[in-house]
Amino acid sequence: MIARVPAPDHQEAINVATQWQLMWWRFRKHRLAMTSLVIVILIYLVALLAEFLAPFTPDEFRADYTYAPPQRLHLFLETENGLRFQPWVYGYKVEIEEEALRRVFVPDEEVIHEIGFFVSGVPVRLFGFLETDRHLVGPKEPEAPMFLFGADKLGRDLLTRMIYGTRISMSIGLVGVALSLILGILLGGISGFLGGQVDNIIQRVIEFIRSVPTIPLWMGLAAALPTDWPPLRIYFGITVILSFIGWTELARVVRGRFLALRTEDFVIAAHLDGVGQMRIILHHMVPSFLSHIIAALTLAIPNMILAETSLSFLGLGLRPPIVSWGVLLQEAQNIRTVATAPWLFATGGAVFIAILALNFVGDGLRDAADPYAR
Amino acid sequence: MPAERPSPSADDLLLEVRDLHVHFPLDEGTVRAVAGVDFDVYRNRTLCVVGESGCGKSVSAQSILQLVDRPGRIVQGQIRFHQHDADGGVTVTDLASLRSSSRAMRSIRGRHIGMVFQEPNTSLSPIHTVGNQISEVIQLHLGADEDTARRQGIEMLERVGIARPAQNYDAYTFELSGGMRQRVMIAMALVCSPALLIADEPTTALDVTTQAQIMSLLQELQADFGMGVMLITHDLGVVAEMADDVVVMYLGQVAEYGDVDRIFHAPTHPYTKALLRSIPNLDFDQDIRLDSIRGMVPDPFHRPAGCPFGPRCDEVIEGRCEAENPPAFSLAEGGSVRCLHYEEVTLS
Amino acid sequence: MLRYILRRLLLMIPTLFGISIIAFIIIQLPPGDYLTTVIAQLSAAGDLVEEDVIAGLKARYGLDRPMHVQYLKWMGNIMLRGDFGTSFEWDVPVGDLIWSRLGLTVALSLATLLFTWAVAFPVGIYAAVRQYSWGDYFFTGIGFVGLAIPNFLLALVLMYVAFKYFNQSVGGLFSPDFVEAPWTWARVQDMLGHLWVPMVILGTAGTAGLIRIMRANLLDELRKPYVKTARAKGLSELRLLLKYPVRVALNPFVSTIGLTLPILISGSAIVSVVLSLPTSGPLLLRALIAQDMYLAGSFILLLGVITVLGTLLSDLLLAWLDPRIRFDD
Ligand SMILES: Nc1ncnc2c1ncn2[C@@H]1O[C@H](COP(=O)(O)OP(=O)(O)OP(=O)(O)O)[C@@H](O)[C@H]1O
Ligand SMILES: [Mg+2]
Repeated sequence: MIARVPAPDHQEAINVATQWQLMWWRFRKHRLAMTSLVIVILIYLVALLAEFLAPFTPDEFRADYTYAPPQRLHLFLETENGLRFQPWVYGYKVEIEEEALRRVFVPDEEVIHEIGFFVSGVPVRLFGFLETDRHLVGPKEPEAPMFLFGADKLGRDLLTRMIYGTRISMSIGLVGVALSLILGILLGGISGFLGGQVDNIIQRVIEFIRSVPTIPLWMGLAAALPTDWPPLRIYFGITVILSFIGWTELARVVRGRFLALRTEDFVIAAHLDGVGQMRIILHHMVPSFLSHIIAALTLAIPNMILAETSLSFLGLGLRPPIVSWGVLLQEAQNIRTVATAPWLFATGGAVFIAILALNFVGDGLRDAADPYAR
Repeated sequence: MPAERPSPSADDLLLEVRDLHVHFPLDEGTVRAVAGVDFDVYRNRTLCVVGESGCGKSVSAQSILQLVDRPGRIVQGQIRFHQHDADGGVTVTDLASLRSSSRAMRSIRGRHIGMVFQEPNTSLSPIHTVGNQISEVIQLHLGADEDTARRQGIEMLERVGIARPAQNYDAYTFELSGGMRQRVMIAMALVCSPALLIADEPTTALDVTTQAQIMSLLQELQADFGMGVMLITHDLGVVAEMADDVVVMYLGQVAEYGDVDRIFHAPTHPYTKALLRSIPNLDFDQDIRLDSIRGMVPDPFHRPAGCPFGPRCDEVIEGRCEAENPPAFSLAEGGSVRCLHYEEVTLS
Repeated sequence: MLRYILRRLLLMIPTLFGISIIAFIIIQLPPGDYLTTVIAQLSAAGDLVEEDVIAGLKARYGLDRPMHVQYLKWMGNIMLRGDFGTSFEWDVPVGDLIWSRLGLTVALSLATLLFTWAVAFPVGIYAAVRQYSWGDYFFTGIGFVGLAIPNFLLALVLMYVAFKYFNQSVGGLFSPDFVEAPWTWARVQDMLGHLWVPMVILGTAGTAGLIRIMRANLLDELRKPYVKTARAKGLSELRLLLKYPVRVALNPFVSTIGLTLPILISGSAIVSVVLSLPTSGPLLLRALIAQDMYLAGSFILLLGVITVLGTLLSDLLLAWLDPRIRFDD
């Protein structure tokens, strides 16, 4: 009831300048979201630096180490002059299990393989152009077996494959969300800005897409991708299929924001000023709901990742030689394999952590963007 | 102006609020929403509480029935409720000492003290019928069976001026207009004939004509039931129309307390004067609201060290008002004021 | 109410139409047309491809006619004769293959829905009323875990645990004795004994989501003024909680059926593959991989239809519960 309105243009400048800051302050208070943000950044770093971080390359196989179990990592080595920091693992020896009559690997306590940092191994190309044969960790003798997460049915290092899989799985989330975003902003924006009949039709379409069970639909579409397509095209095909269904939620958020903003004073004021519609959208409306969109985007990524993982797991999504988390999990598809090589679940752990972290970050962002919405 | 009423007698005392403090411990700090409030409510009289938004009117009112939202808590003070029984006996209960969900508290709510809230639209359940919400109180407190409750409910609806009460008894609240809903709220609050009615801005959400109707309804019902009324309002026109006594609140404290004529004709506190000055002319038929007093209400986390009104006051005593928060001084004409200007007045 | 039902039924028509179009497109997607596939199959099996067989097929599906005629023929056969086409992989009418599987899919989804509700409703109330208590944190934690584990992974882990530590196989919906048995009361009981495993797996994520929804809705409602009004009347906390905010929060909760149902049916497809349940999922997957398109398309069509019907039912239930919807026109 008390006059406290400074000059309008002045106030807007302040709002724009501090909105992001405010959001960041609020976000920082969410300890869980902050921790998760760090984890998400680390995961994307892993995706970016896969070649360097992975001890081997994903297709490097050791036929004599099929389904070798994970080795225990020891950090300190006992030498003549005391305990010294030097990670190492035992070698493997093969025993024949009496009843089942199959080969099993057990640690060979006679053999110690030292693990080094920045060791030289298979030459790789970092970022697609930086030639190097250095890997962050690896066995000091290049021939020594090192399977910290175990090996798969061809004797490939699971850790390496998971690291490479991070790149595909996490990027499919990003690319898919980017595609959904374009669709969502376009259709949600049109819907919210024009309103009326157009809005009605788009809303019906969204309702329709949401009411269809997605996985059978995805399965149908993904199964139609020709098997002889090159990996890259399959990757994009799958991404397009996923975002074709994933855009609805983003469109809903965008539309909601548009509707809320349409009636706000400054937009009406801009209308009255005769500012062009496009300018209104770009200069006044988009900045004020960017924060909401970012939150919605973050929450959409995990769904994409889950969808990719599920499809690839069924054998309808990405296929070898592409390495994604879903492809890796597909190898764990039947119970017999899992019973012999339970470490194949490790990939599931990666999926779990990534999705959880992304969800927390998204929740934190949403709360920070609009502390009063739930 | 209401008809002249005799000055209050101690026999008619219903509610004594003494030194009430209500705090909201929040992450950002403690909000002292009510910081030492005293007032009395008498049978057959109306006490109006005025003050700017956020000064603690609602919190004070709600703490009487212990309805303050969490984390709000009564940290100090007494709320003595005098229950008069038929043969003239009086029992006094300190409501501040009861637990919010205790049986004793619940038996007072809705039975002996009724409450009407600001927003009739959201204060009623959207998915229960009017009758359902009214008869519930009757059944709860008077032990009536369903048929009796229905009859009494319909009677009460008629009493508060709802057309076709029998049909509207079975209506949902979204089928009613705002004014009708507020009448339903009043019916609900009064159906057990409580001794005290607390109405927290009952007409803010309504249009002017409806406001006037609701106010005269309240006056009528008060005449019939003889209850005490505590009426919170923003509207000085309403105060002039309804009040016997007035509490002027500022920042969680009672700036001035007194008889309505005295407050209007001889205001003492600079804040009260400013309030009255803000009315263009004393034509109370207009819809008059409080506004345009210099400066802003201070941030609740950072109360001024001295007099809370000091920063906005025109009559500051340099060197004293910034340092001392004045206590309530009794005035010779009756009532009290928290202002250092009246220190000597009282002493003499 | 009647008008509401009518309008809701009318709205279903375009949705059903859309679903049939999508299913038809999926049938048409694989390279090469149905006829070439059939001929290739038949000749691969060493059978002679007889001219009149081919002609019969052409006439039945309108294969040499334009797309929209093919669509109309396909829909016409389904609507008028219940003829969904032939599965060439199994060489039987699609109708013979799908109904029992769809029935079990519906049974599984419904059971899961009930399970989800039975858990989420009380837990959601608890978490809202005791906000920020240990219990609230505990359930929120479980909720997040449920949200982040893909269904199929949960199924795998459960199977592994059962296999490894209890030496039990948890796959399937029936004990070996009952797999081929006709429906009897004993078979139903046997199925119920097996149903809980996929039910829990499928329900975990949904339960987690619903708990969060219930909690958030109820927290919203608890802040509403009408709760204070009820309290001011002198009602006891438990009574007012159940009569007002919980009852109001029930409505958005019911309306989530429309959202959870597609997710359940969707999720059951993949969980069933892992657990090799005799529901639609595994057969659909197999049909897709073998490009047995009439079978796959019919599944997609019918799963969509079931979802739409389920959503319709939940909307009607909601209208019955919420006077605001009933009176809204
Ligand atoms: N739930 C709450 N949480 C925190 N602070 C609160 C809460 N409710 C009220 N307050 C604080 O108590 C103070 C007094 O609020 P109150 O609602 O009593 O004001 P009021 O005088 O009724 O204002 P109005 O005229 O706008 O109704 C406010 O400054 C507010 O900061
Ligand atoms: Mg108030």
